[in-house]
Amino acid sequence: MRVLAGLRLLLWELWLPVALVVVWWFVSASSTSPYFPPLSRIWEAFVENWFGPSFRVDVVPSMTNLALGLAFALVVGVGAGLLLALFPLAGEIAEPFLQFFRAIPALAVLPALFILFGTGSTGNVAAIAFGAVWPILLNTLDGIRSIHPSVRLVARSYRIRPYLLVTNVLLPGAMPQITVGIRTSLAIGVVIMVGSEMYVSTAGIGHFVVVAQQTFALADMWSGILLLGVIGYALNVGYGVIERWLLRWQPRSTSGSK
Amino acid sequence: MNATPAVQLRDLGVTYGGATGREVLRGIDLSIAPNEIVCIVGHSGIGKSTLIRCIAGLQRPTTGEVLIGGTAITAPPATLALVSQDYGRTLMPWLRVGENVRLPLRGVGLARAVQDERVAEALSVVGLVEAARSYPWQLSGGMQQRVAIARALAYRPQVLLMDEPFASVDAQTRAELEDLLLTLQRDLGITVVLVTHDVDESVYLSDRVVVVGGRPALVREIVEVPISGVRDQLTTKADPAFIACRTQVLSSIQASKDSGSAVGG
Ligand SMILES: Nc1ncnc2c1ncn2[C@@H]1O[C@H](COP(=O)(O)OP(=O)(O)OP(=O)(O)O)[C@@H](O)[C@H]1O
Ligand SMILES: [Mg+2]
Repeated sequence: MRVLAGLRLLLWELWLPVALVVVWWFVSASSTSPYFPPLSRIWEAFVENWFGPSFRVDVVPSMTNLALGLAFALVVGVGAGLLLALFPLAGEIAEPFLQFFRAIPALAVLPALFILFGTGSTGNVAAIAFGAVWPILLNTLDGIRSIHPSVRLVARSYRIRPYLLVTNVLLPGAMPQITVGIRTSLAIGVVIMVGSEMYVSTAGIGHFVVVAQQTFALADMWSGILLLGVIGYALNVGYGVIERWLLRWQPRSTSGSK
Repeated sequence: MNATPAVQLRDLGVTYGGATGREVLRGIDLSIAPNEIVCIVGHSGIGKSTLIRCIAGLQRPTTGEVLIGGTAITAPPATLALVSQDYGRTLMPWLRVGENVRLPLRGVGLARAVQDERVAEALSVVGLVEAARSYPWQLSGGMQQRVAIARALAYRPQVLLMDEPFASVDAQTRAELEDLLLTLQRDLGITVVLVTHDVDESVYLSDRVVVVGGRPALVREIVEVPISGVRDQLTTKADPAFIACRTQVLSSIQASKDSGSAVGG
């Protein structure tokens, strides 16, 4: 039953993108414009690059940087959010500063970060972490604050041990908001990953796209853009599964991100 | 009374909103012996929950003090458990029923097997063994309240505080839970302080009924319930002593309404 329903949903979601790709394929087949090579040509480049040597040279470093940056953002964001929530006065004082940092477009901070951390992958990781940490931090803080006072009172009246309070009360209670923060951070992380690779880098998908553009290898360029779209989409879908697992305790009708 | 009181209130008063705020409780003196069941009755909004939060160590009284087992408290003491009125929100929505009951038992040096045993026992006592793996939202309001009761029982407190614990269950379940409470109280030898709106319930359960009333609320009267031996829903409630106590409590509540209120209840 559920498998069948899932399959129907998948078909429903897929028909439009599939149709568009088919249209693109045939409409572009006779294209002679150097800027818009036929899809068949882009596809060839896609296979050649991403199932070939560029996978190891560009995709692996990009993904590694993204994973590391997001991992840092997650640990620091949740950890700092938790601490600020545990010490309300510190939270009150810090919040305007946090909101300010969050408001700075992370791309604008890239030059400073590259000076601090170097232009190697450390710089890329730092940039991703810097951009992605704020939504997670602020949502953790806010999520813990919004836990119902009655729940806090019960925890207090039973003298729940601090580590159990954190793992069984505060973090799960804030999880509906933490997951929203992570979703935002994921999107920001991908943007900064690409942006920082385009800006300074010797490897990575962003770097690949820029070099392809500068050398007029436009099929290669499009293949890189296509790959980034696929990666972004796959991350979103994959994260949806994780999110549903994290919030498995919620009634189905109210789960999901808003 | 020769033994140290299990719970003692000395000149307890609560004023909300600072010195110029609203005085809710004034000069409450009350001494509750070990193994006693005491019910607190009074009009809605009179300050019963406030009083019980003070006894639980969750709220500092503005004046006076609370002694549990002879020592003044400033924080929730370890020998005490509270079943609060706001049952719908006191279970952790993200923990299954069994884990909700287990949470207070964790981190205090109890072996996992002992925890399991206590959780299973408490859930079977309230008739919710099959619900152990459900999430709270999958249960009805009355079932959630029974989970909260099971959590308190599994904790095995010396003093059990209950704030309108049976308000959301049907009459039949309510009667069963009342008898269950009496049985447990006898078997485990715990002290119970219970807040209720229901005069019959207060007389049926109590050794003494404490009537609070007026604004600010004072202890209006303490009614002794001279019914000894095991109580029973049918015979006890037909007992002339029961009926006499009920009349006394009712008239005391009514009198407190007529006298003390400046604002309508
Ligand atoms: N945190 C608070 N701040 C200010 N006023 C409060 C607070 N808590 C309770 N009050 C006030 O104190 C009074 C007593 O409240 P309380 O909840 O103790 O009454 P209650 O006797 O338990 O009522 P009920 O029978 O309806 O549960 C109420 O008028 C309420 O408005
Ligand atoms: Mg109340």
